[in-house]
Amino acid sequence: MEYSKKVMDLYTNPENVGSLDENSPDVGTSVVGAPSCGDVIKFQIKVGEDGRISEARFKTFGCGAAIASSALISSWVKGKTLDEAQKITNTSVAEYLSLPPVKAHCSVLAEEAIGKAIEDYKAKKGAK
Amino acid sequence: MDRTIYMDYQATTPCDKRVLEQMLPYFCEKFGNPHSSSHSMGREAKLAVEHARQQIAKLINASDSESIVFTSGATESNNLALQGVVRFYGDRANRSKIIVSNIEHKCVLETCYTLAKDGGFELIYAPVEKNGLVDLNFLDEHIDEKTLLVSVMAVNNEIGTIQPIDAISAMCRQRGVLFHCDAAQAVGKIPVDASMVDLMSISGHKIYGPKGIGALYVRRKPRLRLSPIFYGGGQERGVRSGTLATPLCVGIGAACELAGKEMADENARLNRFKEFFITQIMQNLEKTYLNGDPDKRIPGCLNFSFEGVEGEAIMLGLPDLCISSGSACTSEILEPSYVLRAVSAREDLAHSSVRIGLGRFTTEEEVKYAVGRIIEVVTRLRSMSPLWR
Repeated sequence: MEYSKKVMDLYTNPENVGSLDENSPDVGTSVVGAPSCGDVIKFQIKVGEDGRISEARFKTFGCGAAIASSALISSWVKGKTLDEAQKITNTSVAEYLSLPPVKAHCSVLAEEAIGKAIEDYKAKKGAK
Repeated sequence: MDRTIYMDYQATTPCDKRVLEQMLPYFCEKFGNPHSSSHSMGREAKLAVEHARQQIAKLINASDSESIVFTSGATESNNLALQGVVRFYGDRANRSKIIVSNIEHKCVLETCYTLAKDGGFELIYAPVEKNGLVDLNFLDEHIDEKTLLVSVMAVNNEIGTIQPIDAISAMCRQRGVLFHCDAAQAVGKIPVDASMVDLMSISGHKIYGPKGIGALYVRRKPRLRLSPIFYGGGQERGVRSGTLATPLCVGIGAACELAGKEMADENARLNRFKEFFITQIMQNLEKTYLNGDPDKRIPGCLNFSFEGVEGEAIMLGLPDLCISSGSACTSEILEPSYVLRAVSAREDLAHSSVRIGLGRFTTEEEVKYAVGRIIEVVTRLRSMSPLWR
């Protein structure tokens, strides 16, 4: 698979790999994809008192495109409000990384990961 | 190490320089058409081609070199064998079943699928056990007087397992069923015996010969007939028309002779590399699985699944190694290899597979380097995997 330099850089030196405390009320967690499909992204956001995402972490089982997409969104969401983060689309990820069409599903997973992490955060807040 | 290390010997092999040397005169000097029997240059080329036929026959223990038909490669050999038999005997034999293993090469599967669909044959896929060996009980149950043809490969191209050709041969013989064996990955690597089969496919570029040439063994006694798959001047006893590529024929012949001479030494060396590779990988990376039977395999083909990491991601971290993966992400269809799926304990492990092919020019230094790099990359990727704790 021929990847763009951006994919290779993010695959080689990904920032924000790791985990946040899943039980913290300020952390939203999502796990998207399935091992049997070859892609699983675990994505976490921490929301500050100002309502902006202060930290993001990911762990990814998947190909180079999946790892790069996860790393990219983890840096893109930082400093954004939840509404702003929600507006990150799969096409913007795919375009930025110049993903080959066959890898489009990786960017779809990335968008799903953001949405579900925000949902999880909101559910925690709502439940309180 | 500042160079690329080739470890994909099941995809192709480099042409051995000793083979190339023997081919070279047949391009510009001894360029006669081997079918031009009326003059000396034609006869010179014909002699070379017939010598090559004998070299191939000797390696596969075929008593008669006329049983060897030259083709453009194993894909054509498989097509000629399967299409040729079905189109010649299909209507007259009153046998309507074709049986193949479910881990055959695509060119066998696709050909059989098309023949079955177009000719009203019943195509039966014999499953393999988790060790990659075909289920003999299944074959025993299904090979019967209604079966026209069985096709099982000698060595699998992805996991390197060696099929029990003798046992399958016995079943077919006993029931009057034709047996084709795709031996592209076996010839030159393990002893193969053409007397056990009716048809056998051989490839040039898998055995340090040139690309673009293969051969098909077709049983002579009693004579097995094939319908050609294309038509023309009736070369190769009417089975495969077209002027033979003399240099390529010389190349595959020379490659067969060399492989026969060096097989024992080469296997001893590759076995040492294999043992080292497996021991090192298993000791340093827990939850790693060797795909395919640990013993019934050729030494030059190692296929591992590394739990928690995806195959393409591993390869991406190893730009200095030429290896391959059965992972979906390396293909355009987004499904992991059907071979890996057939032998994997879990579906995710099929995505986590990497094939390492060692061969004639692999060095000990390369093996040590590759082992170290694989351990390094898998460890890094596991540290960032949500499936790994």
